Amino acid sequence: MTGQDVALVLLGVVALGGGVLCVTTRQIVHAALWLVVAFGGLAGSYLVLTAEFVAWVQVLIYVGAVVVLLLFGIMLTRAPIGRNDGLDSENRWVALVVAVATAALLVTTVVLGFGGAHKDVKPGGGSADALGSSVFRTWVLPFEVASVLLLAALVGAIVLSRTDIGAKDGD
Amino acid sequence: MHIVYPAVISALLFAVGVYGVLARRNAILVLMAVELMLNAVNLNLVAFDVWWRDRLHGGQVLTLFTIVIAAAEVGLGLAIILLVYRNRKVVDVDALRTLREDAVPGEGDPAAEAAEAVEAGL
Amino acid sequence: MTVLAALLVLLPFAAALAGMLGGPALTRALRGAPAADAPAGGTVVTDAEADADADSAHEGATPPAAAAAASGFAVLRNGPALIACVPAAVSFVLAVIVGLTLWQSPRPRAGTLTLIQTGSVPIRVGLHVDGLSALMAVLVCAVALAVQVYSVSYMAKDARYSSYAAFISLFTAAMLLVVFSRDLLVLYAGWEIMGVCSYFLIGHHWEDRSNSRAAVKAFLVTRLGDVGFLIGVIMLGVGAGTFEIPRLLTRLGDVPHATLLTAALLLLAGVAGKSAQFPLHTWLPDAMAGPTPISALIHAATMVAAGIYVVARLYPVYAAAPAALAVLGVVAVVSMVGAALAALAQDDLKRVLAYSTISQLAVMAAGLAVGARSAAVFHLVAHGAFKAVLFLAAGSVIFATGTNLLAGHGGLRARMPVTFAAMTVGFAALAGVPPVSGWFSKDAVIEGAQHAALHGGELTAAAGFYDSTPPQPLFGPGSGAFVPVLSGTVHSAPPTIPSGIAWLIYLGLLLTVALTAAYAMRAWLMTFFGEYRGTGEPRESPRAMSWTVAVLAVPAAVLGFFGLGADELRPHVASALLGVALLALGGAAAFLLWRRDTSGSTGADPSLVLGRARPAFAAAFGVDALYAAAIVRPVRRLARGVAVVDRQDVDGAVVGTARLVQRLAGALRLPRDGDPQTYLTGVLGGVVVIVAVVVIFL
Repeated sequence: MTGQDVALVLLGVVALGGGVLCVTTRQIVHAALWLVVAFGGLAGSYLVLTAEFVAWVQVLIYVGAVVVLLLFGIMLTRAPIGRNDGLDSENRWVALVVAVATAALLVTTVVLGFGGAHKDVKPGGGSADALGSSVFRTWVLPFEVASVLLLAALVGAIVLSRTDIGAKDGD
Repeated sequence: MHIVYPAVISALLFAVGVYGVLARRNAILVLMAVELMLNAVNLNLVAFDVWWRDRLHGGQVLTLFTIVIAAAEVGLGLAIILLVYRNRKVVDVDALRTLREDAVPGEGDPAAEAAEAVEAGL
Repeated sequence: MTVLAALLVLLPFAAALAGMLGGPALTRALRGAPAADAPAGGTVVTDAEADADADSAHEGATPPAAAAAASGFAVLRNGPALIACVPAAVSFVLAVIVGLTLWQSPRPRAGTLTLIQTGSVPIRVGLHVDGLSALMAVLVCAVALAVQVYSVSYMAKDARYSSYAAFISLFTAAMLLVVFSRDLLVLYAGWEIMGVCSYFLIGHHWEDRSNSRAAVKAFLVTRLGDVGFLIGVIMLGVGAGTFEIPRLLTRLGDVPHATLLTAALLLLAGVAGKSAQFPLHTWLPDAMAGPTPISALIHAATMVAAGIYVVARLYPVYAAAPAALAVLGVVAVVSMVGAALAALAQDDLKRVLAYSTISQLAVMAAGLAVGARSAAVFHLVAHGAFKAVLFLAAGSVIFATGTNLLAGHGGLRARMPVTFAAMTVGFAALAGVPPVSGWFSKDAVIEGAQHAALHGGELTAAAGFYDSTPPQPLFGPGSGAFVPVLSGTVHSAPPTIPSGIAWLIYLGLLLTVALTAAYAMRAWLMTFFGEYRGTGEPRESPRAMSWTVAVLAVPAAVLGFFGLGADELRPHVASALLGVALLALGGAAAFLLWRRDTSGSTGADPSLVLGRARPAFAAAFGVDALYAAAIVRPVRRLARGVAVVDRQDVDGAVVGTARLVQRLAGALRLPRDGDPQTYLTGVLGGVVVIVAVVVIFL
């Protein structure tokens, strides 16, 4: 195991732990914060994997915007702050079964597929320079489509939240 | 590097996300779990991109796009949740049961009705 | 000749069709205005079973007289009556012509309409006219005409007269078909149509449920016999290779003896049913629920005689299997004596006559059993005449007094002279008083039985049967010179029945003569003599009725002399003396008992001397009750069980399937609880499973 692997594993454990705590905690705001931990762990993993641009985008967007949005949502829906036992639905045991089955299946497949594969990695493939030229040359069309998608999402979110557009007459 | 470590971590993170989606009651917590699942996929993509030393950087680019889409999705998802909250005052996922399938009201037990008709006719 | 016979069959059939379809329409056309024909709605003239209520008896007497007088003159304007009576009269004339022609030249004639191929034994639809069938045709047409004319007045106020008359015409057509038919299966078709007409006519006044029940009873009991009859016919036809009667009778030698015997016995089942003999006789007394003219036509003169006719027609079959004749003889004796005893204790005039019919039919059957075929047929004709007289006259009496019961009659001699005279002739013929026709015929039968008994059961009393000489004009075997070839035996030796049975028959006949005289005398005295025991004003019946009865009484009186031409039909000394002696014995006993009663207390009923045994006699010794308990009740219970099984199991299976489906649907509805997480769990779980399958197995 190289140092890269060790670092990767440790950061992965951090992310996993954050994720597990996010989905099991009884305080809704804590869940958002554990989510931040998970995102942070993942950003660290990206760095170890030499994909620094993706790592900073992850921090920027996810931690910076998505979690803030989620916190706004918690606030606006008057979610119960503090310890609350009603956060898990009745479905959780079935959900546990399905999740364990998924985990078993995926892990087995991956381990069976890539058990001992080893390669040397070269740094530099994840720089902003490399990725930027790649996006604006090879992947420019999906990039444009993604921007249209963002526009659509923006418009849709605005329409959905307008209070002065009511139900149609007769409903 | 060994690819198996990030791949396994990504798989486990995905499973955690599945659990969260299926087990949490508050809709915002479900959204959080969906974000976990998307992140797991991103980790997988980046790890494999680095491993294959992709000259087109397809994995990392796709990761960027996934992040974009996830952000859009969270925005819209929250807008919907706020709308639901406005109409029903709760955002519990298992309180939204209008898709429920009920027995047709007033039909009663047609078998019993048929038996009665036969009795009357005899 | 066969054309005439064909017309004889077809005319009444056409009359029936016309009557069913257009009777009332014709009336409206003839009268010009849509007036009320008979007093509609109002009182229907039913044969009142038990209520000798003062008002109904009174009402029953006067209005029908007025209406009958009106309709008697207005018969020319009465559509159904015209449709019924005119073809009946024409048929009678044609029948007489056919009869006279055959008397002059007794050669049998035949004609075929068509041959129906059945794959094995063909059916020849055609007519066969010989002495026996011509004689029967005259009898049937005469009685039918009399009944139709009588009914114009008797049923004048009936709402359904048109269908009634049409059914009588249909019945006449069917009986003529039976008589003239050339083929056994065509005969069977006519046989069944008669049964159906009998059912419809007995149940004519179906507003009273008991009439419908009597009709169903008659139909079912005769149907039971008809099953055996059909099987016997088929066995006989297939065994001999043809259903055509004349050819069948020449081929009897080809048929194995066991088949012949079985077929003969099965045919006897049908005879017992139709002619109301011992095990299947219970329907006839109850059939008196029908209108009296029907009882006269169907249940006295013609339909019940059809069984006897069939045995006479197929006599060579029976001669070849004398064991069947022995069975017939035993059945006849039981019926004869039992019915005569039952007639002694009946309260209802029509039931007396019904039991008397059973008894007299048994006399005919006994005649056939001892080989006296001509005598039996002679008695059949005579019985047809005098029983018709008796029934029609009884109808007049019932019409006048409003009740069937003997307790409501009495002293009618002065008030109804014409009816009295006719009925006296009828009763005399029934009892066998010389020189009325009944004496001749009964004497012939007794002579035949005596001969058989004294000669160890030999059946040679029917002369001309084994001769090769041409048969007697009216009573020969009819198909010319033939001799039945009996396999294995020399045909010069006549068949025999066991001598014990021959003696039984002979003694039974003698006993019956005495009993018949007794019950005839009882009925005669109780109806016409003594004091009138009912209420109301009985008067002589309308002319249409009384004249018909009087006209019929003439042949009833003089028919006996027509048989003087044949040796076996002439009175023989020994049997005549014996018969007269027994007759005097029975009649005197009844008369003395009657006198003793009128001088004393209530009833004036000679049968009261029977004391505590009387109810058993009146119920015909409980055969009806036995059938009800042994057959009717279990069948009903079975039917109820089947209905319950049908409702619970069959319907229950259907309904249960619906319930099962509903329960399944309920189970399927469980995952549809509206919770999106449930749906999502299902989707993800399914995906996991699919992927696992793919990964593991592929």
